[in-house]
Amino acid sequence: MNYSDAQISAIKDLIFRMADDQLILGHRNSEWTGLGPILEEDIAFSSMAQDKLGHAQALYQILHRMGEADPDSLAFGRKEDKMRCCHFVEYPIGEYSFSLMRHFLFDESESLRFDMLGNSSFEDLSNTARKFRGELKYHTMHAETWIKQLSNGNDESRIRMQNALNICYPLALGLFEPCESDEMLIESGVFPGEKALQEKWSGKINMILSKTDLKIPDVNDIKIGYGGRKGIHTEYLKPLLDEMTEVYNIDPHAEW
Amino acid sequence: MISESEIWETLQNVKDPEIPLISVVDMGIITGVNVSEDNFVNIKMTPTFAGCPAVNYMKEDIIDKVSLLPVSGVEVEVSYDVQWNTNMITDKGREMLKESKFALPQKHNGLIQIEMLENVECPFCRSKDTALKSSFGPTQCRAIHYCNNCLQSFEQFKPV
Repeated sequence: MNYSDAQISAIKDLIFRMADDQLILGHRNSEWTGLGPILEEDIAFSSMAQDKLGHAQALYQILHRMGEADPDSLAFGRKEDKMRCCHFVEYPIGEYSFSLMRHFLFDESESLRFDMLGNSSFEDLSNTARKFRGELKYHTMHAETWIKQLSNGNDESRIRMQNALNICYPLALGLFEPCESDEMLIESGVFPGEKALQEKWSGKINMILSKTDLKIPDVNDIKIGYGGRKGIHTEYLKPLLDEMTEVYNIDPHAEW
Repeated sequence: MISESEIWETLQNVKDPEIPLISVVDMGIITGVNVSEDNFVNIKMTPTFAGCPAVNYMKEDIIDKVSLLPVSGVEVEVSYDVQWNTNMITDKGREMLKESKFALPQKHNGLIQIEMLENVECPFCRSKDTALKSSFGPTQCRAIHYCNNCLQSFEQFKPV
C-alpha cells in the first residue's frame, strides 16, 4: 500500500509513542533486578524488561527503515522534549504494588494494541505486532495471576493494591492520550485509534477487576496523565534519560 | 556454483549459544536460503524473541561459517516477515532439547493457555506430578517448574 507523506508522518508518530513507552517502561522494570520481593518476581520483571527493550528495538528498527536514525541514536540521542512516552511509564518503580499494578494496566493495553496492529495495513508493523503477541501472553498471564491473588488476599494486600490502583488508573488513561495523527491512522487502516483501544482496554480491565474486591477510582480530567505524547513530561523522565544515556553521551560510538 | 542444500548443511554447524546442542536450523529460525547467479548467499533469519541477545552472535557465526564456502559473499537478513513460534522447532531439535534436559514446549494451535504450563513432564524422571514455579526463567524462552516426584527444579522451553 502507498501512503501519503502526511500518513507516513502519522505512522512514525504512532511508532515513536509505542517504542518510547517500551523503552522507558523496560528500563523501569529492569530496576527490579536484584530487588524483587521474591526471586521469581525478580526474574519475571527482569525478563519482561528484556522483552520490552526488544520490542523498543524492533519498533525503532521500523523507524530506521522509514528513514529515521539508527535504533541506538533514536533510543539514546533524543532530548526529553522529543520523547513521546506517556507519564505513566516515567514514574519511579515505587512500591512493588505500584509496579505490579502498572505492569497489569500497561501490559493489558499493550497486548490489545498489538492484537489490533496485527491487522494493520502497514505490513512492517503488522508482522512485528504479530511477533510480539506470543511474548505478551506471558506478561498478561503473570499480571492477572498476581492481581487476583493479592487483591483477594488479606486486608493488607487488598489495601495496598487498591492504593496502587488509585494512583495508577488516572495515569494509565494517559496511555490513550488523543493524538492529531489518530484520524489519519484510522482512515489509512494502520491503527483503529487510541479511543477504540481505550474502550477495549476498559472492558478487559473491568472484567478482570470484577473478580476482585478492587474498585476503579473516579477520574476527573485534571488527574489524567496527558502530555507525554506532545513532549511534555513529568519531572521523573529527565533524570532517567540522564542515567540511561550517560555512556552514550560520553562516547556515542563506544563498543561494549 | 554452491547449492542451497550445502548452505543448509553448513548452517547445521551454527548452534544456539545458549543451548549448544541445537542448531539454528533445528531451532526453526532460518526462514530462507537463496543463492544468486553470481554465488551470493542471502539467508533469512527470524528471532525467537524480539529481545533475544543471541541474535547478533548467531548472525556473525553464520557469516563466518558460510564465508568459508566457495561463495562470493553472504548476508543475513533478520526480519519478522515470518514470525517464529515453538512449533517451528524440528523433531531433531526437540530431541536435542530433551537431551539438554529441557521439558519440551507443547505443540499448539497459536493459543497459549496457562493450563498448558501445568503438569509438564519432568525431563529427569518423567513424572507429571510437577508444578509451574514461574513462567519466566533465566532466559526469555524458559519457564521454571518443580518436580514433586524427584524433588528437582527444571526448565521448560516454553511454548510461544
